[in-house]
Amino acid sequence: MPKNIKAMPTLSLEARMRRHNWLDILFRNVTRLSAFAVLILLLAIIASLLIGSLPAIKAFGLHFLVSAEWNPVTEQFGALVPIVGTLATASVALLIAIPVSFGIALFLTELSPRWLRHPLGTAIELLAGIPSIIYGMWGLFVFAPLFGDYIEPWLSSHLGGKLLIGPLFSGAPMGIGVLTAGIILAIMVIPFIASVMRDVFEIVPALLKESAYGLGATTWEVMWNVVLPYTKIGVVGGILLGLGRALGETMAVTFVIGNAHDLSASLLMPGNSISSALANEFTEAVGDLYTSALVELGLILFFITFVVLSLARFMLYRLGRREGQAA
Amino acid sequence: MFTLYTRRRMINAMSLGISVLAMLFGLFWLGWILWTLLNNGLPGLSHAVFTQMTPPPGSSGGLLNAIAGSLMMTLFATLIGTPIGILAGTYLAEFGQRGWLAPATRFINDVLLSAPSIVIGLFIYEIYVTRVKHFSGWGGTLALSILVIPIVIRTTENMLRLVPNTLREAAAALGAPQWKIINFVTLRAARAGILTGVLLAVARISGETAPLLFTALNNQFWSSNMNQPMANLPVVIFQFAMSPYEDWHNLAWAGALLITFSVLTLNIVARVLFRQSATTH
Repeated sequence: MPKNIKAMPTLSLEARMRRHNWLDILFRNVTRLSAFAVLILLLAIIASLLIGSLPAIKAFGLHFLVSAEWNPVTEQFGALVPIVGTLATASVALLIAIPVSFGIALFLTELSPRWLRHPLGTAIELLAGIPSIIYGMWGLFVFAPLFGDYIEPWLSSHLGGKLLIGPLFSGAPMGIGVLTAGIILAIMVIPFIASVMRDVFEIVPALLKESAYGLGATTWEVMWNVVLPYTKIGVVGGILLGLGRALGETMAVTFVIGNAHDLSASLLMPGNSISSALANEFTEAVGDLYTSALVELGLILFFITFVVLSLARFMLYRLGRREGQAA
Repeated sequence: MFTLYTRRRMINAMSLGISVLAMLFGLFWLGWILWTLLNNGLPGLSHAVFTQMTPPPGSSGGLLNAIAGSLMMTLFATLIGTPIGILAGTYLAEFGQRGWLAPATRFINDVLLSAPSIVIGLFIYEIYVTRVKHFSGWGGTLALSILVIPIVIRTTENMLRLVPNTLREAAAALGAPQWKIINFVTLRAARAGILTGVLLAVARISGETAPLLFTALNNQFWSSNMNQPMANLPVVIFQFAMSPYEDWHNLAWAGALLITFSVLTLNIVARVLFRQSATTH
């Protein structure tokens, strides 16, 4: 370095500018390369999963998606049970999380006293910071036993006999199962959905809200008839973001879903999800076809979450653009 | 029965009441989980946890090798992921006005931000673990570093965008070349915000279990060799919690308490830091 400093003054202006020019180009291309690396990363993930699942794709073809058989001994694999489990847990999670998140966002934007807004918002976001394995442990040791002793018997005796929804709540209350996994997932995605909803509610121009209040609308009417229509796209984007999280969540589900490769209409029965099948079986899988079938499960999971998350981003971008135009 | 006015008032009161309940519902879980952790974890949090290795079933021990393994992998993953993230984030914020690369990267990055972490574990297994033919600390580090990159990119870009353009123009007017403006003016102005992003990334990866299952796996003994399977807190907690042994359960709770409170502390520090940097601007 000292040599460099001594050399500096002797360089002509032109040489110095050439050097800076060169450094500029170098710097820009290094950063561009890093940005490019992200795209390469995505392609590499897709390619490696595709290559890894080739043996299973060759062996089972499209039948893999609709077959409920999962037998490592006879090497017959089908993804139906884990796919259904993944979708079922995520749906239960969203059914609970959407109204609760909406309530939380409403409270944080309209009701909460100003000084409480920040601490409460942070508390909800901390819920997202708790590692998923902690949710799993807590779910298995604390939540599931209580749920199986008190809530599930009630559900199955009150709802089990009903038409249409009856089959969903039949079966022995064990505490673990699809419903428990769904509830824990709901707790995990609430902070994500609620914070997106709060953020998009906050961009609604005060002018719009105040006009409605001025006409005599109640807080609820302003929320339902002004804020929600204005932020529709963003709200759906936030929900899809939560869905993406719920679909891919692994550890929390693995602890409480029961890991049974059975197809059952009842939410109280143990099931399996793609991510928990991977977490449980991958390191113990023997044989290329078994491993490959699991990798194909991973590929399916990545594909589903990719589509859901892309839609979510697309909607949030659209809302962002509209906000830009209005301003 | 009721006038329209009373009915509207009632609907309003009811929905606002429900919204308060929703808020309490959210806080209730946070309180319950933290209380469970303190209740079950504190008794097990002894001196031995920090000084002894993970025990075989049925005997007592600690979590020293797991804590060390987690710290090492988190450190290396942050060291690998942060520079790439900052550089790419810089590109998005400073050079990304034109062309297709910046919007595409931004989109893909946002998707990767919430992509399932277990798939990242599978990816590293496919491209690294099967090549070297054994589980290793480096495998875990690579998987974690892939989780770091999107978080750092996102915050870096956001923080650089907060730097006022007048600052860049002032430096340019003094004749500074662009690489100097970015390195010595804008990145420096956004320093605290970028650090927030790095802290959030560290918080995220220190609790991640799924990507380590197929990469670092676990190790019952002390190992500082990154080329060997490596013990780490999340996977140890997973294994111990799923086991039928009481001793292991207690250690798992102690580990869970450790992880959660370090992660939450990191989160809070990051937030405070961010708020301070936001108010000084």
